[in-house]
Amino acid sequence: MTALLDVRHLAVSLPGAGGQVLPVIHDATLQVSRGEIVGIAGESGSGKSMTAQALLGLLPERAQVSGSAVLDGNTELVGRSGRAWRTVRGTRIAMVFQDATAALHPMLTVGRQLTEHMREHLGLDRRAAEARALDLLDRVRIPGGRGALRSYPHQLSGGMRQRVAIASALACEPELLIADEPTTALDVTVQAGILELFDELRRESGLSVLFITHDLGVLAALTVRAYVFYAGRVMESGPTGELLLRPRHPYTAALLHARPHADDSWTLPEDGVTRPDEAAERRTQPLVTIPGSAVSPAAAPPGCPFAPRCAYAEAACTGELPPVTEVRPGHAVACRVLPDLTEVPA
Amino acid sequence: MTTVILLFGVTVLTFSLIQLVPGDSMTASLSETALNDPAVVSAYRDKWGLDEPVTTQYAIYLGNLLQGDLGISRQTSRPVLGDLMTYVPATLEIAIPAMILSVLLGTGIGLYAALRHGRVGDQVVRVGSLLGLSTPPFWLALVTLYVFFYVLGLAPSGGRLSSWITPPPTRTGMLTVDALLAGQWMTWWDAVQHLLLPVAVLTCLTVATLVRFVRSAMLEVLDQDYVRAARAKGLPTATVLRRHVLRAGLVPVITVSGLAFASLLSGTVLVEQIFSWPGVGQYAFRAASGLDLPAVLGVSLFVAVVYTLVNLMVDLLYGVIDPRIRLS
Repeated sequence: MTALLDVRHLAVSLPGAGGQVLPVIHDATLQVSRGEIVGIAGESGSGKSMTAQALLGLLPERAQVSGSAVLDGNTELVGRSGRAWRTVRGTRIAMVFQDATAALHPMLTVGRQLTEHMREHLGLDRRAAEARALDLLDRVRIPGGRGALRSYPHQLSGGMRQRVAIASALACEPELLIADEPTTALDVTVQAGILELFDELRRESGLSVLFITHDLGVLAALTVRAYVFYAGRVMESGPTGELLLRPRHPYTAALLHARPHADDSWTLPEDGVTRPDEAAERRTQPLVTIPGSAVSPAAAPPGCPFAPRCAYAEAACTGELPPVTEVRPGHAVACRVLPDLTEVPA
Repeated sequence: MTTVILLFGVTVLTFSLIQLVPGDSMTASLSETALNDPAVVSAYRDKWGLDEPVTTQYAIYLGNLLQGDLGISRQTSRPVLGDLMTYVPATLEIAIPAMILSVLLGTGIGLYAALRHGRVGDQVVRVGSLLGLSTPPFWLALVTLYVFFYVLGLAPSGGRLSSWITPPPTRTGMLTVDALLAGQWMTWWDAVQHLLLPVAVLTCLTVATLVRFVRSAMLEVLDQDYVRAARAKGLPTATVLRRHVLRAGLVPVITVSGLAFASLLSGTVLVEQIFSWPGVGQYAFRAASGLDLPAVLGVSLFVAVVYTLVNLMVDLLYGVIDPRIRLS
């Protein structure tokens, strides 16, 4: 069976100041199958959002995109013209943005924003579109029916806004949903509800989702497979559980290691009161960081972009791109050294 | 409410102006023959309460104002209010079309420049608006008059109507409107021809400011996530621009339009002078150069009222466009 989305050697560069070309994605290869939630993880500036925007043709006009991205085995996404994009955007691929507050138009009603593309793509009249919008609100668990359609985004809570944005993305029954950090701007409890919603939608309607996040917890909770991005390159890819429990790339391991471990040392004292000196004493594990700072794809060395910060780097790492090794079926690692990482706590 | 307070403040200001006039406001307001007539003088002192304390004088001034009594112009020997009623429509007749044109053109050109950001079209617009901003109004008025009247003979030299045409019966005081109401097509066409040059010059002046502002406002909107989201929905570009971009960009545009209308009114003083357009600008100019105090105060009050009303309209429009303002 062919993948729903098959991205091969996708590279994106933007024109920078003084006429030079700044690469943002180097060579991204990834697949999403039907009914699968696939994650892209990475730090800010690693090219995850750029990948999402490239797949919908939302990059600035002067961006250069090469490689290929095929939807459903028949539709090439790279190199589409403005008009041709309209047969893909909204109807076949839809997108949920990071911050629903910014992604919903503040001056248009929820109903208008839910129905405008339905009427455009599905040719529905006002009444039919509204009926469908009510169905959608129900599907994303927004109460209030017609009243909700007449409200404006600022009258809703953050979580509700993101549900509206998801409903709007689902309006024309897309085959693929690209979600660009859709829970980052939300409270943890609200976040859990939204994640639950994504999983429900996948189970109920076989929705495929490309889920972009920097939160490894979210990745673990929702995705079956994941790609770890660093400086515009895929460092490691494979089944999410395996990636997080037995990472083979030093970068993935370092990312996991750098998570704050709130659970380790937080037991309440007997009287339930935490004294400042005690709290300081109990913070036995300092936050672990990855030495150095994340490089931009443009500033990365010719070899492995992580080499300057990598504890296992060898001389050859900086000079040449690492080979991609399939360490297990479906688990690929772009590392020359492939060190034994078993001592690193997951 | 704020509008009422503002208008009240304006009357305090104009009243203080009377007090600040060197010497006696009476000598500034009455002609010499009138000053020599004791009956006129005492009637004047009595009417404005000049023998009373300042606060009472202000109350009397306000009372007179509320009855529409702005005093008698020394130059025209007519009530200032009556003068304003004849001159204001003439000014509005060029100011309103110029304003409408400026907003339409300014929004269109500004949006175009924002869409072509950094490319040739954008550069051309930027240079053009810079030229427009740095051109003095009277110079532009003189040059257009020279070119279109003297050289090309396409436009009349000035005034509101050709001398051989009888003005239509006065209803609004705006000749084009009155001619239409009276069904006099020839008169209407003649009035329109007279309008063209002054309106064009005024438009050039305001449109430059607007273009620059609209361009930066639209650039900001175009970079918003909701515009990206609208494109991601697969809406046609025209719909995205009309429904999403323009609507959001309109709020700052309205703010600047209000300010531009103010500067447009001050621009009319010079433009009216050159096109011999009998509007408030000319009236103010003559009143100021002839030290016609009641007329100057009348015009100041009129301008202040217009500013306040424009501000009020701007505030109301915000509410119409932006539900966040309307519903809070």
